[in-house]
Amino acid sequence: MAFALETAAHPEHLKRVAIDPVSRVEGHGKVTLLLDEDNHVQQVRLHIVEFRGFEKFIEGRPYWEVPVMVQRLCGICPVSHHLAASKALDQVVGATLTPTAEKIRRLMHYGQILQSHALHFYYLASPDLLFGFGSDMAMRNVVGVVAVAPELARKGVLLRKYGQEVIRMTAGKRVHGTGSVPGGVNKSLTAEERAALLKDVYQMIAWSREAVRIVQGLFENNLEQFNSFGRFTAHSMSLVRADGAMDLYDGDLRARRADGTTLFDHHDYRRYWEVIAEDVKSWSYMKFPFFKAIGNSDEGWYRVGPLTRVTQCDFIATPLADKERQTFMAFDNGSANGVTGATLSYHWTRMIEMLHAAEAIKDLLHDEDIVGTDLVNTGVRGERGIGVIEAPRGTLIHHYKVDENDQVTRANLIVSTTHNNQAMNEAIRAVARQYLDGHELTEGLLNHIEVAIRAFDPCLSCATHALGQMPLVVDLIDADGKVLDCLTRDMHGVCSRD
Amino acid sequence: MSQDTFLLDGEEIPFTRGQTIMEAARAAGKFIPHLCWHPDFTGHGSCKLCTVKANGHLNAACVTAARKDMTVENRTPELDDKRRTLLQLLFVEGNHFCPSCEKSGNCVLQATAYELDMMSPHFDHFFPDRPVDASHPEVLLDFNRCILCELCVRVSRDIDHKNIFALSGRGIAKHLVVNAESGRLADTDFSLDDKAAQVCPVGVILTKKKGFSVPIGQRRFDATSIATQVTEAAAAAQEEV
Repeated sequence: MAFALETAAHPEHLKRVAIDPVSRVEGHGKVTLLLDEDNHVQQVRLHIVEFRGFEKFIEGRPYWEVPVMVQRLCGICPVSHHLAASKALDQVVGATLTPTAEKIRRLMHYGQILQSHALHFYYLASPDLLFGFGSDMAMRNVVGVVAVAPELARKGVLLRKYGQEVIRMTAGKRVHGTGSVPGGVNKSLTAEERAALLKDVYQMIAWSREAVRIVQGLFENNLEQFNSFGRFTAHSMSLVRADGAMDLYDGDLRARRADGTTLFDHHDYRRYWEVIAEDVKSWSYMKFPFFKAIGNSDEGWYRVGPLTRVTQCDFIATPLADKERQTFMAFDNGSANGVTGATLSYHWTRMIEMLHAAEAIKDLLHDEDIVGTDLVNTGVRGERGIGVIEAPRGTLIHHYKVDENDQVTRANLIVSTTHNNQAMNEAIRAVARQYLDGHELTEGLLNHIEVAIRAFDPCLSCATHALGQMPLVVDLIDADGKVLDCLTRDMHGVCSRD
Repeated sequence: MSQDTFLLDGEEIPFTRGQTIMEAARAAGKFIPHLCWHPDFTGHGSCKLCTVKANGHLNAACVTAARKDMTVENRTPELDDKRRTLLQLLFVEGNHFCPSCEKSGNCVLQATAYELDMMSPHFDHFFPDRPVDASHPEVLLDFNRCILCELCVRVSRDIDHKNIFALSGRGIAKHLVVNAESGRLADTDFSLDDKAAQVCPVGVILTKKKGFSVPIGQRRFDATSIATQVTEAAAAAQEEV
């Protein structure tokens, strides 16, 4: 079965419009639309155009190299890959982490959540949310945000900087550090580092709280549009702690069907393959994961990430974030068509998570274990390890097999954005139906497609960070291959029609 | 009686009879870039990185005896340009992926490239296929990073008296091999206690399960450059005297 708008019946007679590359997201992807003579949308696809190959080229490498090597998948969330790989290899070296090791890793992870969420909201998403989805393109960027709301932009920069500092002090570098090793960590915090982070953490909590309120305000002022924009129903999955609390570093898998009923709960992530399988499609390098219990990728696809984590957990273990979660869940009385199922609620829940990360950092900084010296453990050697973590963009799975010579023989990585593959395609199809169908295309209308993609904060290649004005060429080609219209945006953001 | 000296980049460097230019320069705290030379062993003259211009002639400083009143050019733009090219050739001939190499921060090749401002590999990479030898329970051999300095070959033969390693092949096909019928390190009597296990300037001979145990900031070349370390070591030795 094909999804509505996934594959047109007669593509050879349709006009093709490409958004290539999609901008203000991590990595490189493109969107193609096929339209008929009357500009009615017949096909919409989000294509991931990069091929990475990490799973293949880490074969044969020594296992202790893997956490450092695989984090090069990404320049924005390397900590997630670094820690997911480390968690998997903890099982290979048979280690139960020391309290210091686990808390330093958690600190690193919350620093990562904080900086990544701040980056996404303030740098990438806020131009759309503050100025409007079809607003003047010259202003619809981070420079425009700095010009119009300099104080807001400053807070965004400093929030991100703080998260990066947490990473630097726990991993050795702001990007691509080496702090986590199989069985533990290679450093804890010094007293000076701890004091430096404590000095600013309360400010970060206050600013994160403000950010939650900003997004809430946007919903209050544009409720109908925000609730309906790119809306679709989907199954969902996330990690939760044993007591049902949100846990971004560790826990068990919980999944709900689109109707809110539980599909599975507290499923040990080391047996993820019992509940998840992956499908492939000829037009994308990204796989399409699905729940085995539901059948196939057509029916069993699901979404992950902040919206899923906040709505699926029973509570958040830090008080301010939990209060915001309760406000979110009770907003519009938990209506079936309300915020808890809205695509743009990813922004709201992302900020709730940023607040949670700031609070969790504060709690860890007050814990004596983070200056401890017991860093690494080993135990009974295993041949397989599976590490799962809630990365900024969603559930991240690393799975390795290691032979008796310490070499990796097999690897499987299911990254957060892969889980959201079908969900993003559904969101842009909904937007295409809502906003583009039957209209003459403009840059502002096409940006609506990108707004839907940005809600998921995808890392399309999970490798590169493409920030700023990226070149964009949109060709409108008729059924005979003749170019009818061409919109071009150059590297300086200047839009012209050829 | 005053000590004999020679001029190195315009500075008088004292030396004793039998010392090479390299040895005398280091004792005076002057860094001459090198890869195949090691202070504990006899000079080899193969990497050519320590090439200096002595009285107008190009010579490897590690095998050229210091002579009274000779004039030696070392860190000149001309010589450093040639050294940078040699480094670039080494980087593209092997597979040197510093970002995920556990020797990063402790690697003489990397530190020397930083010292000589090597900003890019310049040449096309060869991407040779060099499988690692992980057969030994304690030591991993990652041939991808070998620069053919022969330190392990010489030390295993001359100090450890085990003759574990050798270079095989000729020209561009030359490569490091293990002296065992199977070619596997596990089939030799190589031990972590061997001097040869500690001598590799790059990331070929590695102790298993220890990678990345030293945090960034505490690695050998994190705080000071390879050249500064030579200067500081000489100053410390002088102070001790």
